[in-house]
Amino acid sequence: MIDFAQVLSHYNYWVIITLMMTGLYIIVARGNLIKKIVGLNIFQVSVFLFYITISKVAGGTAPILTGDPDTVYSNPLPHVLILTAIVVGVATTALGLALVVRIKEAFGTIEEDDILEIEHALESETEPQA
Amino acid sequence: MLAFLLATAVMIIRMRNLFAVVMLTGAFSLLTAGLFITLDAVDVAFTEAAVGAGITTVLFLGTLSLTTSREKPATHLPTLPLAVVLITGAALVYGTMDLPGFGDPAAAPHQYVMPEYVSGTETQIGLPNIVTAVLASYRGFDTLGEVGVIFTAGVGVLLLLNGGLGGRARRNGGEGAAPPVSAPTDKRKGPDRA
Repeated sequence: MIDFAQVLSHYNYWVIITLMMTGLYIIVARGNLIKKIVGLNIFQVSVFLFYITISKVAGGTAPILTGDPDTVYSNPLPHVLILTAIVVGVATTALGLALVVRIKEAFGTIEEDDILEIEHALESETEPQA
Repeated sequence: MLAFLLATAVMIIRMRNLFAVVMLTGAFSLLTAGLFITLDAVDVAFTEAAVGAGITTVLFLGTLSLTTSREKPATHLPTLPLAVVLITGAALVYGTMDLPGFGDPAAAPHQYVMPEYVSGTETQIGLPNIVTAVLASYRGFDTLGEVGVIFTAGVGVLLLLNGGLGGRARRNGGEGAAPPVSAPTDKRKGPDRA
Protein backbone atom coordinates (compact mmCIF):
# COMPACT_ATOMS: atom_id res chain seq x y z
CA MET A 1 0.00 0.00 0.00
CA ILE A 2 2.79 2.42 0.88
CA ASP A 3 5.29 2.62 -1.93
CA PHE A 4 8.45 4.69 -2.14
CA ALA A 5 6.90 7.51 -4.16
CA GLN A 6 4.24 8.01 -1.54
CA VAL A 7 6.85 8.12 1.22
CA LEU A 8 8.75 10.81 -0.68
CA SER A 9 5.66 12.89 -1.40
CA HIS A 10 4.48 12.69 2.21
CA TYR A 11 7.87 13.12 3.92
CA ASN A 12 7.21 16.80 4.60
CA TYR A 13 3.87 16.08 6.24
CA TRP A 14 5.38 13.51 8.54
CA VAL A 15 8.24 15.70 9.69
CA ILE A 16 5.71 18.46 10.33
CA ILE A 17 3.57 16.08 12.36
CA THR A 18 6.63 15.07 14.39
CA LEU A 19 7.35 18.74 15.06
CA MET A 20 3.75 19.33 16.02
CA MET A 21 3.85 16.42 18.45
CA THR A 22 7.10 17.76 19.90
CA GLY A 23 5.28 21.00 20.64
CA LEU A 24 2.31 19.16 22.09
CA TYR A 25 4.60 17.07 24.29
CA ILE A 26 6.26 20.21 25.67
CA ILE A 27 2.86 21.73 26.41
CA VAL A 28 1.55 18.64 28.19
CA ALA A 29 4.63 17.29 29.94
CA ARG A 30 6.50 20.38 31.11
CA GLY A 31 5.36 22.26 34.17
CA ASN A 32 7.16 25.51 33.51
CA LEU A 33 4.75 28.06 32.04
CA ILE A 34 7.32 29.77 29.80
CA LYS A 35 8.34 26.39 28.43
CA LYS A 36 4.69 25.68 27.73
CA ILE A 37 4.41 28.86 25.66
CA VAL A 38 7.56 27.86 23.76
CA GLY A 39 5.85 24.53 23.04
CA LEU A 40 2.78 26.39 21.84
CA ASN A 41 5.03 28.36 19.47
CA ILE A 42 6.55 25.17 18.05
CA PHE A 43 3.08 23.74 17.52
CA GLN A 44 2.05 26.94 15.75
CA VAL A 45 5.08 27.00 13.48
CA SER A 46 4.46 23.40 12.47
CA VAL A 47 0.95 24.36 11.37
CA PHE A 48 2.41 27.26 9.36
CA LEU A 49 4.84 24.85 7.70
CA PHE A 50 1.97 22.52 6.88
CA TYR A 51 0.03 25.28 5.10
CA ILE A 52 3.08 26.47 3.19
CA THR A 53 3.85 22.89 2.18
CA ILE A 54 0.35 22.56 0.77
CA SER A 55 0.71 25.78 -1.19
CA LYS A 56 3.84 24.57 -3.01
CA VAL A 57 3.28 23.62 -6.64
CA ALA A 58 5.92 21.50 -8.33
CA GLY A 59 7.93 23.62 -10.76
CA GLY A 60 6.24 26.75 -9.43
CA THR A 61 7.88 29.99 -8.44
CA ALA A 62 7.15 32.61 -5.79
CA PRO A 63 3.77 34.26 -6.43
CA ILE A 64 5.11 37.50 -7.85
CA LEU A 65 3.99 38.27 -11.40
CA THR A 66 6.75 37.81 -13.93
CA GLY A 67 4.81 38.94 -16.99
CA ASP A 68 5.31 35.57 -18.65
CA PRO A 69 1.87 33.91 -19.06
CA ASP A 70 3.34 30.41 -18.86
CA THR A 71 4.84 30.84 -15.40
CA VAL A 72 3.52 28.46 -12.75
CA TYR A 73 3.03 30.17 -9.40
CA SER A 74 2.81 28.56 -6.01
CA ASN A 75 -0.56 29.08 -4.36
CA PRO A 76 -0.63 32.57 -2.78
CA LEU A 77 -3.75 31.99 -0.69
CA PRO A 78 -2.15 29.88 2.10
CA HIS A 79 0.69 32.41 2.19
CA VAL A 80 -1.80 35.16 2.98
CA LEU A 81 -3.52 33.09 5.64
CA ILE A 82 -0.20 32.28 7.28
CA LEU A 83 0.96 35.91 7.19
CA THR A 84 -2.15 36.71 9.21
CA ALA A 85 -1.61 33.71 11.46
CA ILE A 86 2.01 34.64 12.27
CA VAL A 87 0.98 38.08 13.47
CA VAL A 88 -1.96 36.72 15.44
CA GLY A 89 0.39 34.13 16.91
CA VAL A 90 2.68 36.85 18.23
CA ALA A 91 -0.33 38.61 19.74
CA THR A 92 -1.39 35.46 21.59
CA THR A 93 2.20 34.82 22.71
CA ALA A 94 2.39 38.34 24.12
CA LEU A 95 -0.87 37.82 25.98
CA GLY A 96 0.30 34.48 27.35
CA LEU A 97 3.59 35.95 28.52
CA ALA A 98 1.76 38.83 30.20
CA LEU A 99 -0.34 36.24 32.05
CA VAL A 100 2.87 34.47 33.11
CA VAL A 101 4.24 37.72 34.50
CA ARG A 102 1.04 38.28 36.49
CA ILE A 103 1.10 34.71 37.79
CA LYS A 104 4.69 35.19 38.89
CA GLU A 105 3.67 38.33 40.77
CA ALA A 106 0.72 36.66 42.45
CA PHE A 107 2.26 33.28 43.31
CA GLY A 108 5.99 33.90 43.22
CA THR A 109 6.56 30.96 40.90
CA ILE A 110 5.91 29.92 37.33
CA GLU A 111 5.98 26.18 37.93
CA GLU A 112 2.60 24.54 37.53
CA ASP A 113 3.14 22.10 40.41
CA ASP A 114 3.99 24.84 42.89
CA ILE A 115 1.01 26.93 41.79
CA LEU A 116 -1.34 23.98 42.28
CA GLU A 117 0.14 23.36 45.72
CA ILE A 118 -0.37 26.98 46.77
CA GLU A 119 -3.94 26.96 45.47
CA HIS A 120 -4.62 23.72 47.32
CA ALA A 121 -3.31 25.20 50.54
CA LEU A 122 -5.51 28.26 50.04
CA GLU A 123 -8.58 26.12 49.42
CA SER A 124 -8.13 24.03 52.53
CA GLU A 125 -7.67 27.26 54.50
CA THR A 126 -10.97 28.75 53.37
CA GLU A 127 -13.08 25.58 53.32
CA PRO A 128 -13.88 25.25 57.07
CA GLN A 129 -15.45 28.71 57.10
CA ALA A 130 -17.74 27.99 54.18
CA MET B 1 16.65 21.64 6.85
CA LEU B 2 13.64 19.86 8.23
CA ALA B 3 16.07 17.62 10.08
CA PHE B 4 17.77 20.68 11.60
CA LEU B 5 14.37 21.90 12.69
CA LEU B 6 13.66 18.60 14.41
CA ALA B 7 17.02 18.63 16.16
CA THR B 8 16.34 22.14 17.47
CA ALA B 9 12.93 21.11 18.75
CA VAL B 10 14.39 18.11 20.58
CA MET B 11 17.04 20.34 22.17
CA ILE B 12 14.28 22.68 23.33
CA ILE B 13 12.63 19.76 25.12
CA ARG B 14 15.84 18.75 26.87
CA MET B 15 17.14 22.18 27.92
CA ARG B 16 16.38 23.40 31.41
CA ASN B 17 17.97 26.83 31.09
CA LEU B 18 15.09 28.94 29.82
CA PHE B 19 17.43 31.55 28.38
CA ALA B 20 18.95 28.94 26.08
CA VAL B 21 15.47 27.65 25.24
CA VAL B 22 14.38 31.12 24.15
CA MET B 23 17.50 31.56 22.02
CA LEU B 24 16.87 28.17 20.41
CA THR B 25 13.30 29.27 19.68
CA GLY B 26 14.72 32.22 17.78
CA ALA B 27 17.00 29.91 15.80
CA PHE B 28 14.01 27.65 15.18
CA SER B 29 12.04 30.56 13.71
CA LEU B 30 14.95 31.54 11.49
CA LEU B 31 15.27 27.97 10.18
CA THR B 32 11.55 28.02 9.46
CA ALA B 33 11.98 31.24 7.53
CA GLY B 34 14.64 29.55 5.38
CA LEU B 35 12.30 26.66 4.74
CA PHE B 36 9.55 29.07 3.72
CA ILE B 37 11.87 30.51 1.08
CA THR B 38 12.60 27.08 -0.36
CA LEU B 39 8.83 26.53 -0.49
CA ASP B 40 8.34 29.76 -2.53
CA ALA B 41 6.71 31.70 0.30
CA VAL B 42 8.97 34.75 0.35
CA ASP B 43 6.54 37.11 2.05
CA VAL B 44 5.86 34.61 4.80
CA ALA B 45 9.60 34.04 5.18
CA PHE B 46 10.45 37.63 5.96
CA THR B 47 7.46 38.04 8.23
CA GLU B 48 8.54 34.95 10.14
CA ALA B 49 12.13 36.18 10.33
CA ALA B 50 11.12 39.63 11.59
CA VAL B 51 8.18 38.72 13.78
CA GLY B 52 8.87 35.13 14.81
CA ALA B 53 12.61 35.35 15.30
CA GLY B 54 12.69 39.02 16.30
CA ILE B 55 9.68 40.25 18.24
CA THR B 56 8.80 36.92 19.85
CA THR B 57 12.34 36.51 21.16
CA VAL B 58 12.28 40.03 22.59
CA LEU B 59 8.95 39.32 24.28
CA PHE B 60 10.29 36.10 25.78
CA LEU B 61 13.46 37.80 27.00
CA GLY B 62 11.38 40.54 28.61
CA THR B 63 9.33 37.92 30.42
CA LEU B 64 12.47 36.09 31.55
CA SER B 65 13.84 39.28 33.05
CA LEU B 66 10.59 39.73 34.98
CA THR B 67 10.38 36.13 36.16
CA THR B 68 13.08 33.49 36.33
CA SER B 69 15.29 31.75 33.83
CA ARG B 70 15.58 28.35 35.52
CA GLU B 71 13.21 25.47 35.06
CA LYS B 72 12.61 22.95 37.81
CA PRO B 73 13.38 19.34 36.91
CA ALA B 74 10.31 17.34 36.00
CA THR B 75 8.70 15.62 38.97
CA HIS B 76 6.46 12.99 37.43
CA LEU B 77 7.03 10.42 34.72
CA PRO B 78 6.19 11.50 31.20
CA THR B 79 4.36 8.26 30.36
CA LEU B 80 0.87 9.69 29.97
CA PRO B 81 1.88 12.73 27.86
CA LEU B 82 4.05 10.48 25.72
CA ALA B 83 1.14 8.11 25.12
CA VAL B 84 -1.20 11.00 24.26
CA VAL B 85 1.35 12.47 21.86
CA LEU B 86 2.09 9.15 20.16
CA ILE B 87 -1.59 8.32 19.66
CA THR B 88 -2.37 11.78 18.29
CA GLY B 89 0.66 11.61 16.01
CA ALA B 90 -0.33 8.19 14.69
CA ALA B 91 -3.84 9.45 13.96
CA LEU B 92 -2.45 12.46 12.10
CA VAL B 93 -0.06 10.32 10.04
CA TYR B 94 -3.01 8.10 9.16
CA GLY B 95 -4.82 11.28 8.06
CA THR B 96 -2.00 12.34 5.74
CA MET B 97 -2.49 9.21 3.66
CA ASP B 98 -5.42 10.91 1.94
CA LEU B 99 -3.56 14.17 1.33
CA PRO B 100 -2.31 15.03 -2.14
CA GLY B 101 1.41 14.50 -2.68
CA PHE B 102 3.93 17.28 -2.18
CA GLY B 103 3.80 19.82 -5.02
CA ASP B 104 0.91 18.12 -6.82
CA PRO B 105 -0.54 20.81 -9.15
CA ALA B 106 -3.91 19.03 -9.26
CA ALA B 107 -4.41 19.27 -5.49
CA ALA B 108 -7.67 20.75 -4.27
CA PRO B 109 -6.24 23.96 -2.72
CA HIS B 110 -4.94 25.04 -6.12
CA GLN B 111 -8.31 24.75 -7.87
CA TYR B 112 -11.06 26.92 -6.46
CA VAL B 113 -10.28 30.65 -6.19
CA MET B 114 -6.57 30.49 -6.73
CA PRO B 115 -6.50 30.73 -10.58
CA GLU B 116 -8.86 33.68 -10.35
CA TYR B 117 -6.60 35.48 -7.88
CA VAL B 118 -3.55 34.88 -10.03
CA SER B 119 -5.15 36.05 -13.28
CA GLY B 120 -7.08 38.86 -11.63
CA THR B 121 -4.14 40.38 -9.80
CA GLU B 122 -2.74 41.99 -12.91
CA THR B 123 -5.99 43.18 -14.43
CA GLN B 124 -8.05 44.04 -11.34
CA ILE B 125 -5.47 45.11 -8.80
CA GLY B 126 -2.40 46.03 -10.82
CA LEU B 127 0.18 44.89 -8.29
CA PRO B 128 3.01 42.54 -9.17
CA ASN B 129 2.90 40.72 -5.83
CA ILE B 130 -0.07 38.36 -5.71
CA VAL B 131 0.25 37.81 -1.96
CA THR B 132 -0.11 41.54 -1.32
CA ALA B 133 -3.05 41.77 -3.68
CA VAL B 134 -4.91 38.94 -1.94
CA LEU B 135 -4.01 40.19 1.53
CA ALA B 136 -5.03 43.80 1.08
CA SER B 137 -7.76 43.52 -1.49
CA TYR B 138 -9.42 40.15 -2.06
CA ARG B 139 -9.28 39.19 1.59
CA GLY B 140 -9.06 42.66 3.07
CA PHE B 141 -11.64 41.85 5.75
CA ASP B 142 -9.38 39.09 7.08
CA THR B 143 -6.68 41.66 7.57
CA LEU B 144 -9.16 43.98 9.29
CA GLY B 145 -10.05 41.13 11.64
CA GLU B 146 -6.38 40.53 12.29
CA VAL B 147 -5.95 44.16 13.31
CA GLY B 148 -8.87 43.67 15.68
CA VAL B 149 -7.20 40.65 17.24
CA ILE B 150 -3.93 42.52 17.72
CA PHE B 151 -5.73 45.46 19.28
CA THR B 152 -7.54 43.15 21.70
CA ALA B 153 -4.30 41.40 22.60
CA GLY B 154 -2.54 44.73 23.13
CA VAL B 155 -5.31 45.98 25.41
CA GLY B 156 -5.22 42.68 27.27
CA VAL B 157 -1.48 42.83 27.80
CA LEU B 158 -1.66 46.42 29.03
CA LEU B 159 -4.51 45.65 31.43
CA LEU B 160 -2.73 42.58 32.79
CA LEU B 161 0.56 44.32 33.34
CA ASN B 162 -0.83 47.57 34.71
CA GLY B 163 -3.22 45.79 37.04
CA GLY B 164 -6.44 47.01 35.45
CA LEU B 165 -8.67 49.86 36.54
CA GLY B 166 -7.90 50.05 40.25
CA GLY B 167 -4.20 49.79 39.75
CA ARG B 168 -1.77 47.37 41.26
CA ALA B 169 -1.63 48.93 44.72
CA ARG B 170 -5.25 48.19 45.58
CA ARG B 171 -4.99 44.55 44.63
CA ASN B 172 -1.79 43.94 46.50
CA GLY B 173 -3.15 45.54 49.66
CA GLY B 174 -6.81 44.60 49.39
CA GLU B 175 -6.76 40.82 49.37
CA GLY B 176 -7.18 39.30 52.79
CA ALA B 177 -5.88 35.80 52.17
CA ALA B 178 -3.16 36.79 49.78
CA PRO B 179 -0.91 33.92 48.75
CA PRO B 180 2.69 34.08 49.92
CA VAL B 181 3.81 36.82 47.63
CA SER B 182 7.49 37.02 47.14
CA ALA B 183 8.71 40.57 46.98
CA PRO B 184 6.64 41.95 44.12
CA THR B 185 8.73 42.86 41.14
CA ASP B 186 8.59 46.56 40.53
CA LYS B 187 7.15 47.99 37.38
CA ARG B 188 9.98 47.26 35.05
CA LYS B 189 7.61 47.04 32.17
CA GLY B 190 9.66 47.13 29.00
CA PRO B 191 8.63 49.44 26.19
CA ASP B 192 8.52 46.40 23.92
CA ARG B 193 5.09 45.54 25.29
CA ALA B 194 3.30 48.30 23.47
